[in-house]
Formats: sequence, C-alpha cells, structure tokens
Amino acid sequence: MTPRVAAKARLQWDGVRMRHILLYPEGVVALNPTAAEVVGLCDGQHTVDDIVTVLSSKYESPDITTDVQTLLAGLAAKGLVTYDP
Amino acid sequence: MTTDEWCRVFREARDLGVVQLGLSGGEPTLRPDLVELVRCAKQLGLYSTLVTSAYRLTRERLAELKKAGLDHVQISIQAADADLSDRIAGAASYDDKLAAYRATRELGFPLTVNVVLHRQNLHQVEALIGLAERLGAERIELANTQFYGWALHNRATLMPTQTQLAAGWEVVQRERRRLGNKLEIVWVLPDYHEAFPKPCMGGWANAYMTVTPAGEVWPCHAAGRIKTLTFASVRDHPLAWIWNESDAFTRFRGDAWMPEPCRSCERKTKDFGGCRCQAFLITGDAAATDPVCSFSPHRPLIDAVVAESETKEPWTYRAAPASRVLSGG
Repeated sequence: MTPRVAAKARLQWDGVRMRHILLYPEGVVALNPTAAEVVGLCDGQHTVDDIVTVLSSKYESPDITTDVQTLLAGLAAKGLVTYDP
Repeated sequence: MTTDEWCRVFREARDLGVVQLGLSGGEPTLRPDLVELVRCAKQLGLYSTLVTSAYRLTRERLAELKKAGLDHVQISIQAADADLSDRIAGAASYDDKLAAYRATRELGFPLTVNVVLHRQNLHQVEALIGLAERLGAERIELANTQFYGWALHNRATLMPTQTQLAAGWEVVQRERRRLGNKLEIVWVLPDYHEAFPKPCMGGWANAYMTVTPAGEVWPCHAAGRIKTLTFASVRDHPLAWIWNESDAFTRFRGDAWMPEPCRSCERKTKDFGGCRCQAFLITGDAAATDPVCSFSPHRPLIDAVVAESETKEPWTYRAAPASRVLSGG
C-alpha cells in the first residue's frame, strides 16, 4: 500500500497560521507537524510501513502505526490521499 | 481594476490568512489578463478555482491556465441535455460546455460541475449526476436556487414544489451511497422549504469575502444588495482594515447585533441568525431574523410564496432591456 497525495490536493506551509495545510477544492485541512510529515511522505515512493519506520526512528516513539493509519484513512475518505496498488 | 491592483489585493488577502481564491464574476473568462492573475495567485500560494460558464474557454486557454498554476475548474450547466440547458441559458452553450468539461479533465484539472436547481430542471438530478460521473468530475454542486438578485425577480417561475425537492433529495442520498468518494455530491438546501435558516457563510464576515470587479469588498457574493450598508473599496483602504474594522464587516459579526427571537435562541450558534441579505430583501431590515426561520414574525411571507409555487410566470432573462430596468440603470 503506497499512499500518494491526490492530484487535486496541495500540501504547503502557511506562514500566517505557522503550520502546514493541505488545500483541495473548496477546502483546507490544517495539519500538526507530525501529520504534515506523514502527508509529506505520501509521494508514491513510500509504503505505509516505510512512513511508520521513518517517523518511529526519527522520534524514538512507541508504535505509531495506528496513528498513521487513522490519519491516512481519514484523508483517503476525503479523496485527498490515494493508494497505488 | 487593473492586473496590478488585483495582484496587490491577492497579496493582502494572503497576508490575512486567505488560502482559497475563487475567480468568479460575472464571467472571469472576459478578463484578458486571466492567465496573469492565476500566475500571481500561484506565486502567493493561493489555491485557485475558476468559476465559469465556459464562455470563450477554449482548450488552448485552459492549457495556458494550467501552466500558470490554476488548481481547479468549476463549470456551470443548466440541465443534463442540450435542449433544456440551452433553453434555460437562453443561448446555445451546451456543446461548448461539454467540450470545456472534457478539456478540463484531459488537462488534469479537478472538475466541479455546477448546477443551479429549480422547478425547470429538478427532475434531472439523476441525469446530472450521471453526466458528472461520466465526465470524471470530482464534485457536482447541486445548488437549489437561493432567492436573491435575478432569481428573486423570477421567483414564481423558479420555485420548486415540495414533491420535486423530495424526489431530488432522495436521488442524491441514493447516489451518494452508490458513488462514495468517487464523486462528491453537494446539495445546497432549498431554504424556503426548510424550517430553519441556513448558516449563511458560516456567519457574517467570518471566513469569506468577495471583492467585486470594481473593488468593493462584500462579506458574501450577494451583500451588495443590502442598500442600507456602505461597502469600502480596496482602492481606498487596505483589505485588512476593511476586514477588521469597516462598518459593513463589523455590523453583523458575532451575535451582539442580534434582535429577538435570535438573541435568546439556542440555535444562534448554529445558524448565526441566517442570511442578512435575505432578511433585507424580504423584510427591508438587514438586522432582522432571517424570514425563513419558523420563529421569525415574517415567516408567513415565505409560506405564501411556497404555497403559490404552482403559479406559472414567464421568464425574465438577465439581458437587456429587462436587465437595465431591473438594475435601475
């Protein structure tokens, strides 16, 4: 399962809100720093497992698999993240 | 306004925290500098949407807009077939719209199909959703007519029956289940037929502004109709001042302005007293409770119109000479 930010969506830094935002037709999602890193890795190159590995090692945190999956499921439900087979 | 003036306004909006830009109108394709405006929006990090009838929107122009960084295209259509669509539009435009839809998708834009629903086309909800699906659209906006401007002049002809609305809503629910997130189906409520008003704009001057072609700034796209308010221009004032401090923007912000029955109503945090434009157009007082509300003393005015919805009247087209008469020009 390799997630990718949908073509209609754009991840960018918002200097006014001082956080990353994901823009899409008629909408915007404000992301916390960790969520922004996850979305930043949704590039069609990293599998969900890869993303979990990258973030776990970076933050030496306990298992974040569920958090990553929940975030991606929410974004996929809005059509903002798609999965390459 | 000039290209430079628009780019300055875009920058001021971005500095205020605006992230979504709708290039609307009138008809935005009439601007010869549209590509330049899009480029400017892109540089600022605005997510730009072109809201158009597709008039003069050739594939070449769309390709230029794509290259300049346009993010999303919304094209209106009046019905699901050429005959009815052209009849409602008052011009042979259906084929051009379909060509523009296809070009939009081929160029890789996310596409929204915009439809204003009324008694002449509500029977086509299923066919319209089918059209959007076949085109590969991301979204279809099925906007039941809101009775301001031109729709108010044609209200008796446009007002749907309760049966039509119920049938349309049933189709929408069924199609949402069938299509899931493959196609987002937006259904804008027909507020005359509701018991409570819409949460118009999420509250007055809360998250939205319109800058008119002449530079006036309105808290919504219909606010200019409120003749008891004065709207400042970006040619005279910084956008931040207009947003934060101008009379028109602060007048109905929050809930301190609310009269009864809104003031003591628990719904005021949900619907914000409804729509100021509707209050003005129906009651003459922009500070009144939206007359659509069941608690409004003016609700009988709405009920009477809904009850008369079987009445047939001829169209009044948005074109000269009726246009000049009705606009007082």
